[in-house]
Amino acid sequence: MCGIAGIIQSDRLPVRQAELQSMIGTLNHRGPDASGIKTFGSVGFAHSRLSIVDLAGGGQPMQSADGMLSITFNGEIYNHIELRAQLASKGYQFQTHSDTEVILYMYAEYGPGCVQQLNGQWAFAIHDERRQEVFLSRDRMGIRPLFYTQTPSRFLFASEIKALFTLPDVERKTDLTALNQLFTFWSPLSPRTFFDNVLELPPAHSMIVKNDQLKIWQYWKLDYSPNEETRSLDDWAEELRALLIHATQLRLRADVHVSAYLSGGLDSSVTSAIIRNYTNAPLNTFSVVFKDKEYDESRYQQEMIQELGTEHQTVCCSYDDIGRVFPQVIQHTEKPVLRTAPAPMFLLSKLVHDNQFKVVMTGEGADEILGGYDLFKETKIRRFWSRQPDSKIRPLLLKRLYPYMKNLQAQSPAYLKAFFNIRPEDINSPFFSHLPRWELTSKLKTFFSNDVKQHLINNDPLSDFSDQLPEQFSKWPSFCQAQYLETVNLMPGYILSSQGDRMAMGNSVEGRFPFLDYRVVEFAARIPIRFKMNGLNEKYLLKYALRDLIPKSIRQRPKQPYRAPEAHSFIDTKKQRARFEYVNQLLSKNKLQENGLFNPTAVQRLVKKIEQGRAIGTRDNMALVGILSTQLLVEEMINRQPTVSGNNDSAIAKLLA
Amino acid sequence: MSSIQSEVRDFVAENFLFDENPESLNNDDSFLETGIIDSTGVLELVAFIEEKYSVEVDDDELVPENLDSIDRLITFIESKLKELA
Repeated sequence: MCGIAGIIQSDRLPVRQAELQSMIGTLNHRGPDASGIKTFGSVGFAHSRLSIVDLAGGGQPMQSADGMLSITFNGEIYNHIELRAQLASKGYQFQTHSDTEVILYMYAEYGPGCVQQLNGQWAFAIHDERRQEVFLSRDRMGIRPLFYTQTPSRFLFASEIKALFTLPDVERKTDLTALNQLFTFWSPLSPRTFFDNVLELPPAHSMIVKNDQLKIWQYWKLDYSPNEETRSLDDWAEELRALLIHATQLRLRADVHVSAYLSGGLDSSVTSAIIRNYTNAPLNTFSVVFKDKEYDESRYQQEMIQELGTEHQTVCCSYDDIGRVFPQVIQHTEKPVLRTAPAPMFLLSKLVHDNQFKVVMTGEGADEILGGYDLFKETKIRRFWSRQPDSKIRPLLLKRLYPYMKNLQAQSPAYLKAFFNIRPEDINSPFFSHLPRWELTSKLKTFFSNDVKQHLINNDPLSDFSDQLPEQFSKWPSFCQAQYLETVNLMPGYILSSQGDRMAMGNSVEGRFPFLDYRVVEFAARIPIRFKMNGLNEKYLLKYALRDLIPKSIRQRPKQPYRAPEAHSFIDTKKQRARFEYVNQLLSKNKLQENGLFNPTAVQRLVKKIEQGRAIGTRDNMALVGILSTQLLVEEMINRQPTVSGNNDSAIAKLLA
Repeated sequence: MSSIQSEVRDFVAENFLFDENPESLNNDDSFLETGIIDSTGVLELVAFIEEKYSVEVDDDELVPENLDSIDRLITFIESKLKELA
């Protein structure tokens, strides 16, 4: 995959190579195979390369033959072969076999509109010498990251924020509004990041930087407008199957072997089964197993391994493993997390890397686009229940929905009603589907310090989100509204970034996602809701379309959301103490006071409760993980100058000491 | 303040209030409306009652009428203790 960085001086002074060097030095983990720097007067690009396509000829930054265009690119364009032929027929001559060169000439031919024809995942910048401007773009779903900031004298961009922070004129400061959003939605609302004045280019957006001015626009939009489709289930299934097979085949294009994650769930089973049945590619698969059986899915993993006959490897994950790698994990997420789920993904990508693989196929995105999440079922049940709010029977459906949540199983209808917010005023809220989750998460703000609470007194994250909703949102069916909220916020802001790109790239591994091929996404948005969720049977069309490839036991297994052990990874309740010294340090009264974000007394009450082994639920678990990850982030990226990726281990060693 | 009242208040303050001054919670404040307990919190309350007062709480007693404020908890505990007496 790769890391990119760049500097555009608005004062017209030449870019200093040493600064580019220090920026790209922090991104070595994203591209350990090679690195390059090019300056064009007051513009400079840097690149760290993970060689996957055109191993010999794909070095970057790359220039067009006439020297007028230069690019630094992180990503993959899967239809580059077809686009190359299209460009060749127009007279373009290529010096390399890389997809990078294809982007350059697509831009030369079509200008910024070229991205409409790209099928892939990307973040890139193109310097256009003739126009004296820089064009930047990010893929439709937000798979590849692209951050930027402006100082009085320049515009700076990079794949990761730590690269920006190597420069002395970039201020390192927490954005409290982003913190408020994160402790509501699990991620700041794009374009905000955890850091003040550091923004991301949102998914499906492009940007032109010229004369110190930024022009940003959205080039692709999700659309769930109801249509008049009267096609049969078989018709829909046939098209979904064909699209998924082609999307998977395209994502096997590489000059290195492509491996696959196999979680035991439906989505990764589908991608692996397609590789096995529709390509000649060898199939090496990888999965996480947990020592704590509550989280373990190895039974189902074994079933798929037997079915597909894959070369399979696992990494076993304990409480200590999660606690041990957590500081590294946060150094890569660059935003607080409320769950530990990224940590096992970090260990898993290390396993892939240690087995000499650079690319891994995963089932990410299927739940969002094909209606797989429990939250979608929950919304359906709550709507059903709201039609007879006094029903004693309807809330019991929620117990059926969450068989793995013992706490809920013990609740009466009255309590279920309270916890799932069946309130008359909520029925017409655009956020009906997400209110229970967001309200639960918002309770974590009780741990904010008084100063932070005071600062945020007039800030309403839901109002911020309302302002971002598309005009036609209110006309979409509520199921699609829920899908939209999940797809534009949590997916790029957490699943694809904190759990996806950042964990994989932390070990120099590239993830590829057939379900997020834009043709699949656009198709899925048109699927009738009854085919996405049939009754309470999630991803019905996917199961139906691939029923011959996936064993019944996997298709019919109860859905188990991917989770990892949380508070117990940091605090050993048997010994009533923290497992690692860094936990003690960061949750100490002094450190909490010094950083000023959380109330030390409240945090210490929480820690005491966990140490004593009392029953702790989702909220307490999320609070501990959220507070600890925020403290880690402040410590590593604000209190301390971020270091180059090759030296990160020493900083972490100090924390772990 | 009765001993049950102070015990209940202490438990709620220690386990659910975290940042707040326990005095800020009125005896008739709803735990649900103030959002200080979640679904685990209900079970924590029940476990506390069962352990502290050696009583058994039946499933059909798991309703807000019994558990949703300091006052309700006290009334509920007292009625359970009367049953034992």
